[in-house]
Amino acid sequence: MLLSAHDDSMFRPLIKERGLSLTIFIDGTATLARHGDTVAAAMLASGHVACRTTAVSGAPRGPYCLMGVCFDCLVTIDGSANRQGCMTSVRDGMRIETHRGKREYGT
Amino acid sequence: MMVASALRDRYEVAVVGAGPAGLAAAALCARAGLTCILFDDQANPGGQIYRGVTNSPFDRGSVLGADYWRGESLVRAALGSGAHYVSGASVWGLLRENEIAVSLGGGTRQIRAARIILATGAIERPFPIQGWTLPGVMTAGAAQVLLKSSALVPTGRTLLAGCGPLLWLLAWQYLNVGVRLDAILDTTLAANWRRALRHAATFAASPYLAKGLRLMFDVRRAVRVIAGVVEIAAEGGERIEAVTYRTARGRFERLPADMLLLHQGVVPNVNLAMSANVAHRWNDMQLCWVPCVDSYGSTTVPHIAVAGDGASIAGAEAAEARGRLAAVAAIRAHRREFPVSEEERVARQSLDRYERGRAFLDRLYQPAPNFRRPRGDTVVCRCEEVTAQQVLETAALGCAGPNQMKAFLRCGMGPCQGRFCGLTVTELMAEARGLPCAEIGYYRLRPPVKPITLAEIASLPTDEAAVKAVARE
Repeated sequence: MLLSAHDDSMFRPLIKERGLSLTIFIDGTATLARHGDTVAAAMLASGHVACRTTAVSGAPRGPYCLMGVCFDCLVTIDGSANRQGCMTSVRDGMRIETHRGKREYGT
Repeated sequence: MMVASALRDRYEVAVVGAGPAGLAAAALCARAGLTCILFDDQANPGGQIYRGVTNSPFDRGSVLGADYWRGESLVRAALGSGAHYVSGASVWGLLRENEIAVSLGGGTRQIRAARIILATGAIERPFPIQGWTLPGVMTAGAAQVLLKSSALVPTGRTLLAGCGPLLWLLAWQYLNVGVRLDAILDTTLAANWRRALRHAATFAASPYLAKGLRLMFDVRRAVRVIAGVVEIAAEGGERIEAVTYRTARGRFERLPADMLLLHQGVVPNVNLAMSANVAHRWNDMQLCWVPCVDSYGSTTVPHIAVAGDGASIAGAEAAEARGRLAAVAAIRAHRREFPVSEEERVARQSLDRYERGRAFLDRLYQPAPNFRRPRGDTVVCRCEEVTAQQVLETAALGCAGPNQMKAFLRCGMGPCQGRFCGLTVTELMAEARGLPCAEIGYYRLRPPVKPITLAEIASLPTDEAAVKAVARE
């Protein structure tokens, strides 16, 4: 199952002056992000409602609690897997990969 | 970013969590001259209630409400107190002999503190309904985090569902910034009103009464509020598409939705305290585990105290007071000469004021049984995708408690370590076996209470005994 980004983002910024000054890469696609936002917030703001598919059933899953409790926003950040998107601040050039099902080892 | 090696080896007091309780505790300890370290896993201080208060995208004003900005002075007092504040620090274990293991900047450090004050706050109570794992279904707390820290608000068809003060506060904040809500599905049980009203006289003296009435008045005037909701389900494939609900009177409706925000109260975040063998008891009114504490927050483990909502849910102002009381006990133990009786008097007065009428709120917003004990293929454990039916069937096989349940279903063994299924599993098993929750018990929690890398564990210093334990002869 593929995760798709939606053009019609489900969130909008209230304050336009909070400029999109950073570039991050979500599954290789350059995406603008705001300084001070978490990875999970930046993904939601850019239309990524799901950030992974689950290891057990492959169902799509997105952030649920955004305070470090649920671990549903796990993504790979700069090559390091299973990072909590809601607990990590975006940095310019950061590379984020969504998780697809369970990890494959030795491939 | 702070690196692990910049920490000292020893402190007199370590505080975990920079919300109202932790900030108040650290500030007072440091002011009394104690060497004090304040760990927080977020990037900025304030906890969840005052989240983003130091770097808010909003100007001070009425958007988030006056109570929110109160956090600013609390943060300022803590940062100016001499306490050593460390952000992005995830405390994953309280180990033997007052050792604290903390993950920081990619590495782990162990430090010692003569006294440890846990101010780990509250987490959202599980809200297990059909489809609560779909993208687009989030907690009201999560929506508030996006608002406070990032000034992000939902654009599509948005529904709120559940019960409790936070639900109304979020709806009110959304109104302030012009977000249109399609409906609020109110799950407050009609019978709860009758139980709560017996405590109305004490609640009349609560500072929360006037605020609560104001919020509800404003929200009800602007939003469609559907009362008496007894069933809710989210539907969708890749993401939520619709919400169905049924009321006690039998009304059924399907509403298209892009976002469903759930909330039915908060519960103490007990993982760290439980992993340190602090005794807990089941609170029959708040329907959650709470640490056994005295009036200073001291626990059954001599050097560990718990302050704030992590000790039982009472709100931000009470948390601040309980943080001070935990600090008072620490100061009496280590700086006998520093006078704290006035601090204690003021803290107890504030605590009394803000705890007044708690019985009313606890009864009114006690979540309905069917939203705590789901049935059928509703997911209970989000991490391992275990359903209510599986839990009930396993209980029927004779499975004794949540720990044995792990061996059958892996329930509670995912990365969240039971935080979003533990209460549901305890309550479901209690129901199935006809026993009180206190007898069913909870998952046995152990460090690390947050996932860490093997490299972090390997980097820990080892002593001779540790080497002997694993080395070949």
